[in-house]
This record gives sequence, structure tokens and C-alpha cells, in this order.
Amino acid sequence: MQFFFEVLIGGLLAGVMYSLVALGFVLIYKASGVFNFAQGAMVFFAALTTVGFISKGAPFWIAVALALAAMVALAFFTERVVLRPLVNQPQITLFMATIGLSFFIEGIAQLTWGAQVHALDLGIADEPIEWLMDKTGMNISKFDLVASGIAAALVAVLAVFFNKTRTGRALRAVADDHQAALAVGISLRSIWVIVWAVAGFVALVTGLLWGARNGVQFALTFLALKALPVLILGGFESIAGAIVGGLIVGASEKLAEVYIGPHVGGGIESWFPYVLALAFLLVRPEGLFGERRIDRV
Amino acid sequence: MLYREAGQFKTTYAADQQLFPIRQDRIAMAILLAFAFVGVPLAAATPLLAGAIDFNYWFSGVLIPFLIFALAALGLNILTGYAGQLSLGTAAFMAVGAFAAYNFELRLPGMPMLLSFILAGVTAALIGIVFGLPSLRIKGFYLAVATLAAQFFVVWALTKFGWFSNYSSSGVITAQKLVVFGYVVDTPVKRYLLVLAIVSVMALAAKNMVRSAIGRAWMAVRDMDVAAAVVGIPMMKTKLLAFAISSFYCGVAGALYAFAYLGTVEPAGFELDLSFRILFMIIVGGVGSILGSFLGAAFIVLLPIFMDLSATSIERSFGLALPAGLVSNLTLILFGALIIFFLVVEPLGLARLWQIAKEKLRLWPFPH
Repeated sequence: MQFFFEVLIGGLLAGVMYSLVALGFVLIYKASGVFNFAQGAMVFFAALTTVGFISKGAPFWIAVALALAAMVALAFFTERVVLRPLVNQPQITLFMATIGLSFFIEGIAQLTWGAQVHALDLGIADEPIEWLMDKTGMNISKFDLVASGIAAALVAVLAVFFNKTRTGRALRAVADDHQAALAVGISLRSIWVIVWAVAGFVALVTGLLWGARNGVQFALTFLALKALPVLILGGFESIAGAIVGGLIVGASEKLAEVYIGPHVGGGIESWFPYVLALAFLLVRPEGLFGERRIDRV
Repeated sequence: MLYREAGQFKTTYAADQQLFPIRQDRIAMAILLAFAFVGVPLAAATPLLAGAIDFNYWFSGVLIPFLIFALAALGLNILTGYAGQLSLGTAAFMAVGAFAAYNFELRLPGMPMLLSFILAGVTAALIGIVFGLPSLRIKGFYLAVATLAAQFFVVWALTKFGWFSNYSSSGVITAQKLVVFGYVVDTPVKRYLLVLAIVSVMALAAKNMVRSAIGRAWMAVRDMDVAAAVVGIPMMKTKLLAFAISSFYCGVAGALYAFAYLGTVEPAGFELDLSFRILFMIIVGGVGSILGSFLGAAFIVLLPIFMDLSATSIERSFGLALPAGLVSNLTLILFGALIIFFLVVEPLGLARLWQIAKEKLRLWPFPH
């Protein structure tokens, strides 16, 4: 039983990290209806830029600020080059454009900073919490706990931003109805830049946490793929869904790996979340918190 | 002046329904096929030309992969371009085809090669139906993610279960010798001709399929599935048939990929990257166009080769060594930029450009 809880909590904490990636997707999808496949590439780009500046001798916070500036620049670039010319195109077209964008970003990132794996030290040790180890014998990493704390803080900040600030309300208005938002004088273009910049900021935080864990490397781009089942479970439009979906995926994939994995040869982490999400979709096609669509002729 | 259909009257229904209604198109197609089937192998056999051009490289490095990828892109185009179901699992169905053909040859001695290719396609089609089932309930991006499940599951299963690869280490299989009707296909030219024949027949079948009742049903589902259901198109049959036929094409392409192109394949060779490459082919070539599948495949196959060639020529002419990885990263950037460029400028791809050129050509040189 204790082993079960250890696996469960480990999975939940890993799930928080998935939620972070999914959050970036949800932000952009809500505001612009674009399914942004490049989120994983943005995570990679943000982390690599930070590490790159650090290796050039910049202090940590300066490097983070510079990386954030790069993400904002990327948001401007994306709005100008990708989104604006493709306004009113079908969603599938925009999705494919973001696949192209992700290739572009990956190429630029590696061209600028090189392709080797970088280590990133945030000053948080990845070691078991001792008193918990003594009390219950459970092996929970301190790093995971801090990471989920940061994630929680990020979600809180975003919630306040969306609900209390003028810009946040404008973002929600755009998410509800593009045309109505335009009619009351909200500038779609600046909203898109803002939301891509915010997604870039989320990508930066995600990149730093994942990078500190696994090293800043090309594999970070595959995070986007990990986030997809999370999105399906939670629904594309819901921030709460991203969090809950992330927790479900994290916990269930670890439990499945431990309890089902040995019977079928292991390594099922790569596809189990997808099959879980698929089974879930058959029951509820719009995800946990997604908006129910009604098709009309 | 040359490309003008004035004076070509259609007097029968058969003439009205033919594949290429304009005579010049028929002639051009015949010339193209004659060139591909006879001209190219003859040129390779001519000592003078064979000395100047490395035909073995051209056959096994450019033409064969082009044809195979065109077939896979054709399969994806049937599903995504005609039936409107976005799929990110193309490589998985190719993998199914490759491993199925290998196993049919391995476990049933005396199995004719072409029959095992067909059976490989059928196997892929069955798997495609299984993973197409969710499409009855979910649409759009949700479905795209569902096809990713196929992608990861198939690669995992082929790696984990040794039976598929006859218990070789890390799932690598070496394709058996290609023998068609007792005729050993061993040289690049012969393999090229075999692939060309298969691809031509299947492209012809696809061209006919998309203008038949089932093809029109696919397009109705693509344009608006609720409306299609209302006017009485059976959703389940239409969607699952699209998955089955698309997977059949991909499966045959996968079998050819293993048997006629690489010879040795492993499950890791059919990763998501390959699926994306094939998706790019139909974006660049033209979504919902048979010709587009070929144009896109040619473009995506030739681009890296062209990049490599220009990089080496730059290195030679300036006498400097480009840093490793520069070219591959530049190719990546160029890929991405081109995808965005095509989507912005011409969402219907190279096939649409060809169409525009044809329209212009009909009027040329007198614009009125």
C-alpha cells in the first residue's frame, strides 16, 4: 500500500509538469482557436536560450529576462508572419502552420546555441525529503515538490490575470467570440501577441523546470506530445482541465507502468496516456471540462 | 496555342467521364509514363549516359524513395485530403505493412511476393479500421491525437514483441529477396520498375476511386459531416472505408519501403518524424489532390538532397568547412518556413499552382 502511494504521489507530481505544458496549449487555444503544436518547441527554445546566456556568463536572472524577451519577440514574429496572414483559415490549416513553426523554432534554437545537452542548475536538489522518508518511508523528491509549488503559483497568477485585469478580461472576450470582441473595440492583433507572449512565459517556466530535471536537450520538444493526452482528457478550452488532466495522466501512467507494465514487457508509458485518453473520449468526446459542441447544418 | 481544347467534342457519356478529358493531357500522360517506364531505364543502359551520371544512386537514392513516399502520401491524402480526417499515424501503418510483408514471406514458404504485399496492405487496413473507430465519435484535433495513439502503440508493439521481427535484436528485420513471378528483382533498375508499376496501378485506382460514389461521399464528409449524414451518407461505412483504404496504401508503401528501398528496417525507423514528413508532402503538394501527392513527395525528397549538394558545392568553391549540423538545422528551418509559406500563399499547394499554370496556358498567347 505504501508503495502504491509512493508511485501515486510520484505520478501526480510528474503530472503537474505535464499540466504546465498543457497550460501553454490551452492559453493559445482559448484566445485564438489555434492548436499550437509548437508549444514543445517553444519550451525547448526558452530553456536553451536561458542556458545559452548563462553559458555566455550572464547571471541567472538576467538570462531568464533575456529569454523572456526572446519569447515576446517570438510572439510578435508569430503574430505577424503566421497568424495574421492565416486569419479566417480553417483550424486544421493553422494547426499545420504551427507544425511548420515548431520545425522553424527548433532549427533556429539549435543553430544559435548548438545541439549538445546542457545542464541547468536551479539550486534545488533532486533528493528525497528526509523527514517524510523517516516518518513514512516514502521517497518523494524535494525537486518535484518545489516544481509543483511553482506550477501552482503560476496557475494562481494566471487565474488572477485572466479574471481581474483589463487585459485578462479582453482575452476572455476574444476567446468567447472573435467578432463580438472586435465589435466592442478589442484589438485582436495585440491580444494575440499578448497571449502568445504569456504562453511563451509558461513555456519558459516549463523549460526551466524540465531542463533542470532532465537536462536541456532536444528531447524537450517531445513534451508537446506528452501534453496531448492531457489536453484530450481535460478539454482544449479549460485551464482547470489542463491541471486535472495532467494529474490523471501523470498518476495513471506511472501506476500502469508499475502494475500493468511488467505483464506486457514494459515501456507502456509511451502510449498508455493516449489509449487512456482515447477510451475516455469514446465516453465523453469533449473531454472533462471542454465545451460541448453542437453541430448544426 | 498548343494547349487548347477547342474542337474536342464529347459525343458519348464514356467520353464525358474519362480520366483526362483533354487530349493534350492524355498525350502528356502517355509520354510521361513512356518516359518513366522505357526512357529512364534505357538511358541508364546507354553506356555514354551511364558514364556521366551515377544512375544507381539516382535509382536507389532518389527515384525509388520518391515513388514510395508518393504512394504513402497518396494514402494519407485519401484520408486527410478527401475524407477530411487528419491523421498523424501514417508511419505506423507503413510499419505494419513492412512487418506484415516480412512475416508473410517468412512464415508461409512459397508465398508470392506480390500477394504478400497485398496481404500486408490488408493487414494495415485492418489495423487502420481499428484505430479509425474513434472517428465515428470524435473529430478534428481530438481525432488527430487519437491517431497518435496508433503511432506510439504500433511502434511499441513491434519493438516489444519479438515475434514480429522473428526475435532479432532491437526488432531489426532484413527483407527477403525480391522475387516477382519467378523473376529476381535485384538491380536498382529492376526495383525501380517494380515500384513504378505498383505505384502507377495504385495511383490509377485512387484516381478512379475519388471520382466514384465512395470518393464523392468522402468529400461530402470532409466538407460537412453533419450535412452528409443528413442527406443519407452512411457515416460509419464512409469513414471506416477511408481509414481502411488509406491504410492499405500506406501498408503497401511500407512494404515497398522495406523490400525495395532500404532492405533493412527497424520499428524505430517509423517514428512520428516520418508521419510528419508525409503530412508535409501533402501540405506542400496539395491537400485533396492525387497529383499533389506526387509533387509534394518529389519536393520533400529532393529538398534535403538539394541542400546537401549546395552545401558541398559551397564548401568546395570557398574552400571552407561548414560546421557540422549547420546544414541539417538550415534544412529544418527551411522546411518549417516553407510549410508556413505554402499555407499562407497557396493553401492548396503545388497542385493548385499547376492548375493555375494550365489555365494560363489555355489562353496563351492570346489572352482573350
